[in-house]
Amino acid sequence: MPRDVEYVISPPKGVLSLDWRELWRYRDLFLVLAWRDISVRYKQTVLGVVWALFQPVITMVIFTFIFNRVAKIESGDGTPYPVFLYVGLLLWQYFSNTLTHAADSMISNSALIQKVYFPRLIVPAATAITALVDFAIPAVLLAGLMAWYHVVPHVAGLAILPVLLLCAVMCAMGAGLFLAAINVKYRDVRYALPFMIQVVMYVTPVIYPVAMLDRHPVIKGLMLWCNPISGVITVARGSVLGAGTVQWDVLGISLLMSFVMFVAGLYYFRNTERYFADIV
Amino acid sequence: MRTSSEMSRPIIDVQGIGKRYRIGARRERYLSLRDEIVKGFRRVVGRGGDSATDFWALRDVSFGVEEGDAVGIIGRNGAGKSTLLKILSKITPPTEGTITMRGRVASLLEVGTGFHPELTGRENIYLNGAILGMTRREIVRKFDEIVAFAEVDKFLDTPVKRYSSGMYVRLAFAVAAHLEPEILVVDEVLAVGDAEFQKKCLGKMGEVARGGRTVLFVSHNMSAIQALCKKTLLLHQGRFKSYGLTNDAVHEYLATAAPTSSFERPVQGNGEPTITKGTVSIPKDSGRDELDLAATILSDRSVRLGLDVFLQDANGTPIGLGGIGVRSPETVIDVRPGETTVRWFIDISGLALGSYVMSLLLQHPNVAMVDRVDQCLAFDVNRPPKGVATHVIDQRWGHGSVEFRTGIINVAHSPKADLPAS
Repeated sequence: MPRDVEYVISPPKGVLSLDWRELWRYRDLFLVLAWRDISVRYKQTVLGVVWALFQPVITMVIFTFIFNRVAKIESGDGTPYPVFLYVGLLLWQYFSNTLTHAADSMISNSALIQKVYFPRLIVPAATAITALVDFAIPAVLLAGLMAWYHVVPHVAGLAILPVLLLCAVMCAMGAGLFLAAINVKYRDVRYALPFMIQVVMYVTPVIYPVAMLDRHPVIKGLMLWCNPISGVITVARGSVLGAGTVQWDVLGISLLMSFVMFVAGLYYFRNTERYFADIV
Repeated sequence: MRTSSEMSRPIIDVQGIGKRYRIGARRERYLSLRDEIVKGFRRVVGRGGDSATDFWALRDVSFGVEEGDAVGIIGRNGAGKSTLLKILSKITPPTEGTITMRGRVASLLEVGTGFHPELTGRENIYLNGAILGMTRREIVRKFDEIVAFAEVDKFLDTPVKRYSSGMYVRLAFAVAAHLEPEILVVDEVLAVGDAEFQKKCLGKMGEVARGGRTVLFVSHNMSAIQALCKKTLLLHQGRFKSYGLTNDAVHEYLATAAPTSSFERPVQGNGEPTITKGTVSIPKDSGRDELDLAATILSDRSVRLGLDVFLQDANGTPIGLGGIGVRSPETVIDVRPGETTVRWFIDISGLALGSYVMSLLLQHPNVAMVDRVDQCLAFDVNRPPKGVATHVIDQRWGHGSVEFRTGIINVAHSPKADLPAS
């Protein structure tokens, strides 16, 4: 018999460290779960893709009318408002989709959790991949929108895009893991979540530029430090559109805070996951 | 290379395993954050929260399993079998004790875990295989074998929501049956599917066990346990009772666990209607060859349910099923909030002499199981021969437990028949 698979089951004690080797062994399951969610979502291909485009486009049209035409909010750096808004909406929707799906993932997969062992982390982690596909489809439309408004993307911005995405994935996962764990324990969290997400959207510079807060430095600082997705959106706009320069200080804060959120979420999740099967 | 000392080490070594559950005074399945905040506030104010009580679902259980053995786990409801399986398959951690496993474990606590109705048969094979711990390469290699075993090749690209329940179960079992772990942990998954398929499943399990794999098998079906397992662990109310040869364990189980003519049990706490009481009696007036039954169902809402009685003989062999409201909508039980007591009878005129054990299965007709109480009631058939018969057949004769009612239509004679020349 293979000696390398000998292991001991005993009562959990103290802080659990991540078992990377085990996670690697379950990589197939991770991919399969992500593929399942994507495949079910886009099973009726036409409707699935249309729906993925419909949401951000309609939101963009309505928000442009209300916040730009009526309320006179401008991008502040000369970028046409619809392009400016769409970049914010894309990143925001990636963040909120990951959050929502991750928070719900442990409940919607409760049948699995009660009947099969696998590293529980796989379930919420797979939702980040699913949301990435939902992000990629409307992102294609951004190219068309920029061509329409004759906006040429800056090279600096395109180069830094992977870092920005990593940052978005980390902070969305961090918050998502925390919510997934707490949602297992307290079933009313899922009812409060849509409201929370809506509130956070307004304290994120999605429909307005962060520069609008220059006269309120405390609030601006709080926003950039406590809400890393704000920094991601700001840097994405500043580097891809606008001036074409990377705001390294803002990016630094976002990276640091995303990492902190990710580790904190992971820690909380790891330390509650052992009892999921008992309470889910 | 193996050394001889390693050879003698058991592949599964269970040492003093225990699992404690905390049951709140209020039977709530889920907590709500709002309630928790209110409770926290009360605690601060000094009015005290709910006192939780401890309940050991399993305690002080130790045993070892040698490589290649098939071991049965038996015990009545609440004996801790499911808890033990969940700990062995790492789904829930033990509160105390340790288990050393020396091999890859695959556990099969349910057939078709994770099947997605919208996905096709082909897609579900990959999904379910990955969930059960197979790698992609393994699934690809066994794909044709799985499809052949399940007999669904024509419907491979049809979403499984369009499958008949028989096809669904066959496909699900086929995936599971092609796992190749060193240790296989199986719950009563064989309780699904039609008789022919069950036989096929049992055959496959036997093959797995004979193929040198280590199998842990939980079942209420004593004949399946006896057919598959060399050794058996008997649990009773969360405690270790015995561990030894299967025949001895089954005997002890049937002897010590002999249930009575009535039972009472606590609410199950999952929010569903619960069977809380049951009685069985053989009517005094011997003219009726029937069994009188009564069951009390506790519910918090109005619901229409069916109740099945599942009968096994003294060896645990299934005899049959009979019920009210499950397959006959006009006799469905009208359960109201509070307690509902239903009395009914079953005809036992065809049963051989001997002891029988009953299980009660409460269900939404054709939808789902609501509650089940396994082997909760027992009765003896001990009646004199009727009519012109001289004997009543007896279970112990080994011909089975049902005596058929027979009658002569006519007997024909032909005196001129050609007898073979001798």
